[in-house]
Amino acid sequence: MQIRLLLFAVLREVVGSDQKPLELEEGTTAAEVWERLRREHPRLAAYDTPPMVAVNQEYADPATPLRPGDELAFIPPVSGG
Amino acid sequence: MGDAFAHLTDDPIDFRALIASVQGREDGAIVTFAGVVRDHSEGKSVESIHYDAYRSMAEKELAAIVSELGRELPEVRVAVIHRLGRLVVGEASIAIACASPHRAEAFTACREVIERVKKRVPIWKKERTPEGEEWVGWQGGG
Repeated sequence: MQIRLLLFAVLREVVGSDQKPLELEEGTTAAEVWERLRREHPRLAAYDTPPMVAVNQEYADPATPLRPGDELAFIPPVSGG
Repeated sequence: MGDAFAHLTDDPIDFRALIASVQGREDGAIVTFAGVVRDHSEGKSVESIHYDAYRSMAEKELAAIVSELGRELPEVRVAVIHRLGRLVVGEASIAIACASPHRAEAFTACREVIERVKKRVPIWKKERTPEGEEWVGWQGGG
């Protein structure tokens, strides 16, 4: 299945892109995508606190399986206001 | 309550428009809050701040916060606007206006809105100091 990963703030800079389509096995969770991202980008290894997860623009449990077409975003600690 | 006034903008914040969006003839109090860029942060001098957002989700979260306050304090009308992009010292990054027949609820609502925004709206700031630029809130990845 394909999903769309969105990247913001520090994550966008580390990965070097603001979004990427990902081809995943059915049932893959957001937490597993985060681990994959950490393996691909050694700079993320130091970010050992997993970020919050949003699926289709709503905060979600990282353990929830993703569905085809989902928009996944990792949300670094927010600092608006 | 009508449509939630909860927006992102790339332009300087229009406080008059914000207040006008909440004020009614029944109101005896309007409490406003402005978050502004200050010239220092944790001992460093700050020249400017760049605000970035997950826009579609940030607008949803801002609207959700306004709706929550509408349920919790039904007599208060709330408006909130957050600015994105590069802001220099003294410029407002966020403005909130709360109108109510009585002041106590308006103060409570205003305080609640800013605390909830800071906790969960997906907006990030990058501070520019004489040493360079750095995202706030998630260091350690260097």
